[in-house]
Amino acid sequence: MLGEGILKGLAETAKNFAGSYVSKERLTTVQYPEERVKPIEATRVFPFLVFDGADWEAGLRCVACQICEKECPPKCIYIEKSQDKKPDYVGKQQFYPARFDIDVSVCMSCQICVEVCPFEAIKMDTEFELATDDRFGGLLQDRGQLAKSNEYYHRIHPTEATEVDARLAEEKAKLEAKAKAAAEAAAAKAAAPAAKPAGGGE
Amino acid sequence: MSVAETKTEKVEGWNRPHELEPEEGNDLLEVAMGPHHPSTHGVFRMDVALDGERIVRLKPVFGYLHRNHEKLGEGQTYLASMPYTDRLDYFCSLTNNWAYALAVEKLAGLQVPERAEYLRVILAELTRVQNHASSVGFLIQDMGASGTPLMYAFKEREKILDLFEELTGSRMMCNYMRFGGCRVDASPAWLDGVQKVVAGLPAFADEYEALLRTNEILMARTQGVGVLPPELAVNAGATGPLLRASGVNYDIRKVDHYGIYDRFNFRVPLGDHWDVYDRFMVRLLELRESIKILEQALKDIPQGPIMDPKSKIRGFRPKAGEAYGRIEAPKGELGFYLISDGGPNPYRYRVRPPSFVNLTILEDMCLGQNVADVVLILGSVDIVLGEVDR
Repeated sequence: MLGEGILKGLAETAKNFAGSYVSKERLTTVQYPEERVKPIEATRVFPFLVFDGADWEAGLRCVACQICEKECPPKCIYIEKSQDKKPDYVGKQQFYPARFDIDVSVCMSCQICVEVCPFEAIKMDTEFELATDDRFGGLLQDRGQLAKSNEYYHRIHPTEATEVDARLAEEKAKLEAKAKAAAEAAAAKAAAPAAKPAGGGE
Repeated sequence: MSVAETKTEKVEGWNRPHELEPEEGNDLLEVAMGPHHPSTHGVFRMDVALDGERIVRLKPVFGYLHRNHEKLGEGQTYLASMPYTDRLDYFCSLTNNWAYALAVEKLAGLQVPERAEYLRVILAELTRVQNHASSVGFLIQDMGASGTPLMYAFKEREKILDLFEELTGSRMMCNYMRFGGCRVDASPAWLDGVQKVVAGLPAFADEYEALLRTNEILMARTQGVGVLPPELAVNAGATGPLLRASGVNYDIRKVDHYGIYDRFNFRVPLGDHWDVYDRFMVRLLELRESIKILEQALKDIPQGPIMDPKSKIRGFRPKAGEAYGRIEAPKGELGFYLISDGGPNPYRYRVRPPSFVNLTILEDMCLGQNVADVVLILGSVDIVLGEVDR
């Protein structure tokens, strides 16, 4: 019969229309600024710099190695290495970024910087409301704006952050054990007669 | 440019209904459809010469969205090109990732672990489901049914995109696959989520078919329109649903068995009228076959590592040589051709995009048709301009 197919299709739409009043699952619209959907943990929007402790400048994990600057596909990271050094999380003297800028308008949220970072210093934020009325300065975030605490990192990516902390603690323990062993060896050598002064381990 | 100048040469042996002449005493009307025509799915222009309503000549003009993708790829490391591949066919970023990863893996001789292969298959087939559902929706929208079928497809697509975000961190720009595996492992909760979505897909396919398949208006508009004979399709190098709707049995999943596709039991739907309706049906049937593959993959997925231990994230330098990796993307054969000189960047980086090649036979499908059907035929080719222009 001519028109049967159209009627069949209309029956489908009628079913959906009626269903939208019954099923809660179908009402997916959210009134955005007032209501928000539950954030997804893996979401990545824009990078931030992780710091440990209370003082962001002293606790920055970044050592200004500039790998992320080189690997960034759209080249939105700008780093200036410091002249002096400061101790990192294991107490070793390292450089730090005197300047670390990321351009929001260029970044494409690809997470390559996070993957290539050997120091777990740069991570992805889930904050997506980055709009500003300032076209230039407001879109270029400096290291002060980018620095966020490890606690914040735990809050937005709990699973990932716990893994990272475990990895860092393990590395630190390994380094400490190595330093201890080296110190002991040095002490043993110094105790022995006519021993040469041994260099301390790191 | 006048019409006479744009006349192309007749190719010997090509069975194309080329060079239509206007009827005696009629003048031609030249129309530029696009680059901002809503039916062109992006910035794309068709220079059409009309005799009344009849198409006499059609010249596709692309390049408005050119972003220098290939040259950029030669100037930066292998890894840095991966997020850019997401932006080729932005509907199917995961299959783009896979094709590029496949080419680099061939170049560097990396072995992908079992679990990563399964994850890739699951993600690629989810991508195919959402692409086919929405491309059918867009086709129907081009026909004038604005909204309803497309929104039905998007309802399902939304669930799949949520799964993508949960695993990869982004809905569309997934940037998930790496050379020698995948970036993050899927949690059991995520796999349960996929199971749930896949369990709902057959019902969606049924609903979608009941909505559209026997609709008389759709049949009247699409049957016998935009016929593409198999020999012409093969000559032009068309691939994907467009080629299979022309009755050519060619699916790279079956031909190449890349990844682990030889383990799955699925069929390849073929058309036998070669028209727009066949392309629509081939997509609906392929969607069902993808559901079958998904069910099998979810049942068999093993535990284990997801990265080849030989793969390096920093300082990746494959040995000198060349490789071509190709996969069956939802739109056709997607290939990446790479030449390495042993450095950190590829010496040559070339993309073989399916929609670009499929678009080249648009004129042959459109000649002699009405101008309203051009919109439909273009919709049935299923193009994404991000991939056509690169």
